Amino acid sequence: MTLDPKDRAIIEATQAGLPLVPQPFAVVAETLGIGEAELLERLDTLKQQGVIRRIGAAPNHYRLGMTANGMSVWDVDDTLVDDLGDQIGALPFVTHCYRRPRALPVWRYNLFAMVHGASREEVLAKRDRVADLLGNACQASDILFSTRILKKTGMRLRGKKG
Amino acid sequence: MTETLSDLDRRLINRLQDDLPLVPHPFATLGEELGLSEQDVVDRVRQLRDDGLLTRFGPFFDAEALGGAFCLCAMSVPKDRFEDVLTKVNAHAEVAHNYERDHKLNMWFVLATESRGDIMRTAKEIEHDTGLEVLLFPKKREFFVGFRVNA
Repeated sequence: MTLDPKDRAIIEATQAGLPLVPQPFAVVAETLGIGEAELLERLDTLKQQGVIRRIGAAPNHYRLGMTANGMSVWDVDDTLVDDLGDQIGALPFVTHCYRRPRALPVWRYNLFAMVHGASREEVLAKRDRVADLLGNACQASDILFSTRILKKTGMRLRGKKG
Repeated sequence: MTETLSDLDRRLINRLQDDLPLVPHPFATLGEELGLSEQDVVDRVRQLRDDGLLTRFGPFFDAEALGGAFCLCAMSVPKDRFEDVLTKVNAHAEVAHNYERDHKLNMWFVLATESRGDIMRTAKEIEHDTGLEVLLFPKKREFFVGFRVNA
């Protein structure tokens, strides 16, 4: 989609976060040279378009004791995977859930569900709940624990070129 | 660490994972829900962020809706070449996250680019730089998740 230049400026001004003051939107609006009401209206439109998922805070999983994460991967019947994916995404401990293409012969798994927990044991127990839910629709599975974060910069919209 | 959190902090952290209203005084709305003054909420949220319990406060964007493209990629990197390959992979600004995982496919990274075509181009560059195959796992479908960290 093509972004309106004002919307693009709003995204660039807020993607690192909002100021923690009583009127955060008024502060951002002032730096952008628009009114607070216009900013709120544009943010609301971006939300309705799905560009903004929500406004809130991200907790630090590690500091809240969620120190283990496993990428559980599943080889699920292609005719059932979408229905089952919806059910697995709804489990309270699954942070991301995607259907992805297989890469045969080295990679047979088509469903990816990221599972967080306080320990590997907890993550494995949660993985078992996913396995129960998939039942016979699943032919094989694996779980890949992360052993090291090698890079974590996230996505940033860059300034417009030219 | 979790046991040092006050009940109020827990409620705040849990509430902040839900959507805040788009109103001039969002923290006042939050304060009404939690029985706090607006300034108390601002101060507590700031403290939680400064203490590192909250990483960021603000809008969460769907980067694909912004016109960006993403792709999960994996490589099987020989152990004795791991650090060298890592340097070459991470040198690409398009690599947004990179994790070492305990599997034959031991390096998993996400490419984030402004256009779809840039995904393939970057993957090819990484293959050229490292001499290793890059497997692409673009998402075919994202399932809705209702995940919350219960503080």
